[in-house]
Amino acid sequence: MRVELDLQRCQGHNRCYALAPEIFDVDDYGSAILLNDGFVPAGLEDKATLAIANCPEFAISLADGPPESGLENTR
Amino acid sequence: MTSIYGPVRDWATDFDHADPEYNANAPQVWAELRATCPIAHTDRYAGAWLPVTHEVVSQIAYDTEHFTSRSVLVTPFRPIIEAPIGVAPPISSDPPFHRDARRLLLPAFSPKVIDPWEKDVRELCRQLLRDMGDADVVDAAVQYAQHIPVNVIALMLGFPVEDADVFRGFVHTVLEGVNVELEQRMDTFVRLDEYIGKQVQDHIANPRDDLTSFLLGAEIYGQPLSPEHVRGTIILLLLAGIDTTWSAIGSSLLHLASHRSDRERLVAEPALIPTAIEEFLRAYAPVTMARLVKEDVEIGGCPMKVDEWVLLPFPAANVDPAAFDRADEVIIDRAENRHLAFGLGIHRCLGSNLARLEVRVAVEEFLAHFPDFELESGADDGGVEWSQGQIRGPRRLPVRINR
Repeated sequence: MRVELDLQRCQGHNRCYALAPEIFDVDDYGSAILLNDGFVPAGLEDKATLAIANCPEFAISLADGPPESGLENTR
Repeated sequence: MTSIYGPVRDWATDFDHADPEYNANAPQVWAELRATCPIAHTDRYAGAWLPVTHEVVSQIAYDTEHFTSRSVLVTPFRPIIEAPIGVAPPISSDPPFHRDARRLLLPAFSPKVIDPWEKDVRELCRQLLRDMGDADVVDAAVQYAQHIPVNVIALMLGFPVEDADVFRGFVHTVLEGVNVELEQRMDTFVRLDEYIGKQVQDHIANPRDDLTSFLLGAEIYGQPLSPEHVRGTIILLLLAGIDTTWSAIGSSLLHLASHRSDRERLVAEPALIPTAIEEFLRAYAPVTMARLVKEDVEIGGCPMKVDEWVLLPFPAANVDPAAFDRADEVIIDRAENRHLAFGLGIHRCLGSNLARLEVRVAVEEFLAHFPDFELESGADDGGVEWSQGQIRGPRRLPVRINR
């Protein structure tokens, strides 16, 4: 499972960081940071789903494929 | 406080958000408007609109092209200070200035800076609870909720904590006294200005590690902030965090006083409190923001004209069944909750992390100290008195403590 973050939409509500700190960090300005290229550690799928479902800006979504950058590392 | 406009004749065409009946009956007013006239209008305040759907509230919150934030409090008067800075940056600012003024403040309110305040907030809550002694009836708004945010923001700004009553007086007039005569309102602003001037002078003479000294040393575009910018931001920080958080704490305790099974569940499962707080923030969101129309625009078939107000009732959007499943029920373990209590878009509440911390700790400590309490009269609205104006929450909340 992998999640994507749209930083154009993120307004720093910090819900993802509160609900799933293993998947999201937050910078000094409160903007979300995706950890581990968005790959969800095994067993934390429910937390990822919660983070998606609690973002008021709809900035987080489930990713279809591998991340656009770092493709080589994920294959 | 009576309105200069008199009683409301019709909520769709003559609404008055500062009429005491509005906050007391808001959920019914919104439900009725949603079914009959989802964008209400009034000629009061020299023209104002009130959309009540999630769709339109969100649309306007995101639209900085047709709407300006140069004033966010609906009064009969239009602001003297023009966009893009406004009277209390960054809440009153428009792009592109808004982004830079906000960026200055964001680090001070980021989660990693706010989290360490938990210890102080918890100790403050415990002291307030101890001060209540063994009374059978306490006012959870007057004796508890109202004190928490005012003390925390005084500490953050480096203002004397003993002045809490003075701040609350300012807040009351600025936020609730919106439909009084101009002279009465201006008098408060003069006193507020004098008070802040005194605190600023003290910080210039004795700089220290707090937000006031930070603002006095801060720069924007390579220049120190103007004295007006510093003062406006202090006014924002002082006013924006007090009534709002006090209301959210009060509404959460009101719910728990009147819903026994929810209260018992949170006492038994304190780990559920953070999730429950999000639901209380959805169901009883305190803050309605506002915009002024910047360019004529038609929204939902309504012709919004330059300089008309538009209220953004996030609390109404939060209970719109088109956006939330079982919107009118309070479900304390609701898993999916994209509520708008802290707004949407570029003006997302700067203090949301602090507010969440204060509400959560206040509820945790109240439940730990008083696991069994109920509304004093036993009736649904017994003794509860609601605020007036854009910040909605209980101002009197007598509860009986069962021991």
